[in-house]
Amino acid sequence: MASRVIEDDIPFGLEDAPARNLNMIEAINDALDIMLSHDPSVIIMGEDVGYFGGVFRCTAGLQEKYGKTRVFDTPINECGIIGAAVGMGAYGLRPVPEIQFADYIYPGLDQLISEAARLRYRSAGEFIAPMTVRSPFGGGIFGGQTHSQSPEALFTHVAGLKTVIPSTPHDAKGLLIASIEDDDPVIFFEPKRIYNGPFNGYYDKPVEPWKKHPDSKVPEGYYSIPLGKARTVREGDAITILAYGTMVHVVDAVAREKGVDAEILDLRTLVPLDIEAIEASVEKTGRCLIVHEATRTSGFGAELSALVTERCFYHLEAPVERVTGFDTPYPHSLEWAYFPGPVRIGEAIDKILEA
Amino acid sequence: MADRPNGTGNAGHNRPSLRLHVPEPKFRPGDEVDFSHLAISEAGAQPRPDETCDPAETKPLVTDLVRVLGDDNKAHGPWDPRLDADTMRTMLEKMALTRAFDERMYRGQRQGKTSFYMKCTGEEATSVAAAMAMASDDMVFPSYRQQGILITRGYPLVEMINQIYSNRGDKLKGRQLPIMYSSRAHSFFTISGNLATQTPQAVGWAMASAMRGDSRIAATWLGEGSTAEGDFHAACLFATVYNAPVILNVVNNQWAISSFSGFAGGERATFASRAVGYGMAGLRVDGNDPLAVYAATAWAAERARANAGPTLIEHFTYRAEGHSTSDDPSAYRSAQERNEWPLGDPIMRLKDHLIAIGEWDEERQSALDLECAEKVKAATKDAEKNGILGHGLHHPFHTMFEDVFEELPWHLEEQADQAIRERKIKWPHA
Ligand SMILES: Cc1ncc(C[n+]2csc(CCOP(=O)(O)OP(=O)(O)O)c2C)c(N)n1
Repeated sequence: MASRVIEDDIPFGLEDAPARNLNMIEAINDALDIMLSHDPSVIIMGEDVGYFGGVFRCTAGLQEKYGKTRVFDTPINECGIIGAAVGMGAYGLRPVPEIQFADYIYPGLDQLISEAARLRYRSAGEFIAPMTVRSPFGGGIFGGQTHSQSPEALFTHVAGLKTVIPSTPHDAKGLLIASIEDDDPVIFFEPKRIYNGPFNGYYDKPVEPWKKHPDSKVPEGYYSIPLGKARTVREGDAITILAYGTMVHVVDAVAREKGVDAEILDLRTLVPLDIEAIEASVEKTGRCLIVHEATRTSGFGAELSALVTERCFYHLEAPVERVTGFDTPYPHSLEWAYFPGPVRIGEAIDKILEA
Repeated sequence: MADRPNGTGNAGHNRPSLRLHVPEPKFRPGDEVDFSHLAISEAGAQPRPDETCDPAETKPLVTDLVRVLGDDNKAHGPWDPRLDADTMRTMLEKMALTRAFDERMYRGQRQGKTSFYMKCTGEEATSVAAAMAMASDDMVFPSYRQQGILITRGYPLVEMINQIYSNRGDKLKGRQLPIMYSSRAHSFFTISGNLATQTPQAVGWAMASAMRGDSRIAATWLGEGSTAEGDFHAACLFATVYNAPVILNVVNNQWAISSFSGFAGGERATFASRAVGYGMAGLRVDGNDPLAVYAATAWAAERARANAGPTLIEHFTYRAEGHSTSDDPSAYRSAQERNEWPLGDPIMRLKDHLIAIGEWDEERQSALDLECAEKVKAATKDAEKNGILGHGLHHPFHTMFEDVFEELPWHLEEQADQAIRERKIKWPHA
């Protein structure tokens, strides 16, 4: 599996397809638009997604274009949203439910964990739940403890769920299309801090909008990015940094600023995980830093750290380190003290390079 | 601190102390049973509104009890579905077969052929008569006590037993607890062990059917105990919000393992009356009256097909046996309850009705019972050729890793290799 080249993500012939500079919200909207027009079994539902187009506007204009039975509002009942999506999937539809904030996925958790995730297994393939649950996640927008969480590790722990997290408009479109086409249930977490621009970790400086960033070039029309393939953000020899979502941009900025010859992998999907790309990179650099925004204990970084240690131990020249959020709820007024920003990341890089 | 009504500012001072109410069933082991408190209305006395009526018109029927078969064993009133004798004999046969199946499988569990079994004794009408009133391609989302649906739809007994034995013939590859069947070909959704989860799923399926302009409807079953789960309330809400073509069946068999129906809210309101707050049609039905169950289901199915919306049906019945093979009901309820249950037994009631109208007799009933037992026995023998639980004749090892995802990812491939390596060490001669 060739896993480290971004160019091959774009299907042959599309390199020259006309592209537009989109932000992440527009890219997601574009992917949904294409899938709604392309496949009559795709439907969108969720709180406020219909007439209004979602609180983050990701579904704007879609109800008008595809009608009320393809794109519609739901009661504020996540158990019902996911539970109904299981039944719709069993019928033969491809529901794309939106959970307004990842923090509110918990009332629907049993339907995801015990039902959607296991339907194929328990029916030996007779019934499947091909749904893509979209949800904005992560902090850095003064969302307080109920609009900031990163619950991805919960889902990676469940057999039968796929977890996808894009970090650019280009990837958001291609990965969302692949997720909707996938016959397994997918949790698609959208890092809301970077909906409008690639946040570099400096909360007190203005954020550049996506339009100026090369990764905001989104080819028109249909393309997909296979699940299970990481993206090499940049190549380097001194240290491997594993990140996803918002943190990809933060670690990239820190590495540039420090002038570290880091190789940065954007994992893009946590399950399935691109283990080959991780192994190849760590074997090359001999050092590994893992960065995520979620709380530390039992976070996905623990899994990554264990995998790297198990599989690359004899190539390692320093202990694997994790930079994460703290093991507290996300504090509203102190969110920038909580956020794993440049200081925490910079110190960890120094520590690993000095070892 | 803000003052409370009539308050002195001193917390709880000089006022009667509050008391928590913890529900308690009427009878415990050793108690004399007296069911005279149950209001059981006259068969045939309940009005039958039009199928497409406003949900409010069903209000009287969520507290009353729809009944057809009277004490005289005759069919009465507007809910009489006027079935021909052949159809009723088929219904009788399916219920008798379900009971014979339960008897044998229960014994099989006791003989160590499987780990677990659950009977539906006394509740056969709630699945068999309901299934007969629906089209065979209407989708059902059952709980775990609706084996009667599969039997009614002609699913082979031997396949059911293969599943119960988790043997190499089990179409579900030995993954599910016994009795948690699945058959897409019979429009029978895979059963979950997590209670009530199937209810919003049934509604979602029905919504999808409506979105697609299909003509099939969905139905789901759950116990009265399980109506306490949030999923059931989500299901009621979605069903009414989207006017989904679905039937929500609550099988009120009075007991949820050892907890009586009061713990699900049954002391204060009937389960059918839950429909009222949602603006849904509701019917409370004598669940031991197969003709009433048939009529109510046919009414609700007709209503759903006419785009008139969902119906919540409470089947008022009694769980005559233990909860499962792991349960001893004598430890929590009076042993008399079963015999004193004022609504009788569904199989006996239909049999007596057929006899009363001159379409059946005791000899034919004995012959039928024998025939059912023989059928089950033969199917059991066939299934045993595929193995019983724990005796080695199961699905191959690698199947454990299949169907987690559509394709096997690297980590499961590695774990599958490990299982196969371990097998050579643990069972060198296998
Ligand atoms: C979510 C969940 N909680 C608890 C259980 C354990 N459990 C299995 S059956 C049962 C009682 C269910 O009673 P009821 O819904 O009345 O159905 P019945 O068994 O009487 O048919 C319980 C508590 C479960 N299977 N799922």
